[in-house]
Amino acid sequence: MSLDRRDFLKLGVAGIAIGAFPGLAFATSEIIPKKGQRVVIVGGGFGGATAAKYIRMWSNNKIDVVLVERNPQFISCPMSNTVLGGSRTIGDLTRSYDTLKKKYGVKLVQGEVTAIDTQKQAVMLAQGHLGYDRLIIAPGVDFMFEQIEGLNAEVAAESIPHAWKAGAQTVLLRKQLEAMPDGGVCVIGIPKAPYRCPPGPYERACQIAFYLKNNKPKSKVLVLDANPDITSKKGLFMAAWKELYPGMVEYRANAMVTKVNVAGKTVSTEFEDVKADVLNVIPPMKAGVIASLAGVVNVDNRWCAVDFTSYESKVHKNVHVIGDAVSAALPKSGYMATSQAKICAAAVIELMQGQAPDPVPTIANTCYSMVSDSEAMHVAHMYRFNAEKQAMIAGEGGGVSAKRSEVEGALAGYWLENVLNDVLM
Amino acid sequence: MKVIKQLVIAIGLMLPMICAHAEVDKRARDLAASCAACHGTNGRSAGGFPMLASLDKTYFVAQMKDFKSGARPATVMHQLSKGFTDEEFELMGSFFAAQQR
Repeated sequence: MSLDRRDFLKLGVAGIAIGAFPGLAFATSEIIPKKGQRVVIVGGGFGGATAAKYIRMWSNNKIDVVLVERNPQFISCPMSNTVLGGSRTIGDLTRSYDTLKKKYGVKLVQGEVTAIDTQKQAVMLAQGHLGYDRLIIAPGVDFMFEQIEGLNAEVAAESIPHAWKAGAQTVLLRKQLEAMPDGGVCVIGIPKAPYRCPPGPYERACQIAFYLKNNKPKSKVLVLDANPDITSKKGLFMAAWKELYPGMVEYRANAMVTKVNVAGKTVSTEFEDVKADVLNVIPPMKAGVIASLAGVVNVDNRWCAVDFTSYESKVHKNVHVIGDAVSAALPKSGYMATSQAKICAAAVIELMQGQAPDPVPTIANTCYSMVSDSEAMHVAHMYRFNAEKQAMIAGEGGGVSAKRSEVEGALAGYWLENVLNDVLM
Repeated sequence: MKVIKQLVIAIGLMLPMICAHAEVDKRARDLAASCAACHGTNGRSAGGFPMLASLDKTYFVAQMKDFKSGARPATVMHQLSKGFTDEEFELMGSFFAAQQR
């Protein structure tokens, strides 16, 4: 076979093009052609969606933002325990991404990321690739099923839901509680910290007890906690269990679930086997798989270390990590993800203009826990970057509610509306 | 003539950037942004929590100082206020006062 002049020219042009424009070297096509400066954000939860909105808003729409999310809609994990108690439905927690598109001009791509090339600065999906100048990943958490014998993603989806990402498993767990006989036992297995939403498992015990008290009063909630003690709002949760649900919530510390038996409906700890009617085992967590694809997991093989002035990864340049996946002495909460997202958004805009980000980022976090359909309590702290320690340090004055109250229960509901507006509207 | 025309266009393109920089103190903007989860984007609360957008700056700063000292009771703000400086209250107050409801 010989090359004629035309073929030779084609090859030559292709060769030059590959050298000059690395983007053309991909086997797949560009999903949205990149023109000008672009940030790609992977993960449209509290952190990712907030970063998308705020980069558009604060750059006066100058920076192109593509948000990649696998789910068609946003479902709030905060307050999703109230679906178990029955005071909310999963629909109440579901929102559209439409306003991010229409009002802010965020380009939404629905799909699963298959690979991230930090050298070529591109994100790969089944339908093609997206080039970026800066990448923000907001991968949330994934579950370390391998640490619990007998548990895996399929078992969780079908019979032993963790329900630690709001959605189908939340609804499944609620249905299991509805099907449980009066006098039954529901086990909640809590992993060792750090995990998403420190007070969440204890709030869940309250919400399940609330449902059972009103519908199946002879039933019990057994909390098997891998931690040596209640990790958040301890006194407030103990008071709620004792006063609102007397005799219904049993708490065992240092009780790490190591094994489940699906057919026998049994969970095992180091010390005992427990048979129950409903099993809700929350596995240990690590940064979501997107962080592994980006190669930025560098703490305990689980979390991602970042520069707290920009949330840029300590591993790769131009890759930023926000939310639960970050390794920090910060609570893994929805509110915190939005606070980190805003610091990251501001820093990304500055860095893309060759400017330095704010050297002392200062952020807040408030988390409400609903202990019934009407009462709640909170934990609140502000955090300031300490350059010497290279860490976010809790400021003076933070703490928890003096007591649970209906006033805070109402505020928790308003918080949900305001934070969802802040993230998506 | 051509040069002048190009210059006018260049300045025109830069103007929004220049204006944006002049308008907003970014430290103030970023501090205020952390209030938004409860109080709404740019302080525009949809309910439950006080509307901070357009709030008189002097009033805002006085409230924050009263939360900090304990003079004004609160569910959350007596805690969060203690971590901020008076200078930061001033910055946030200026930012919120400039926001439309």
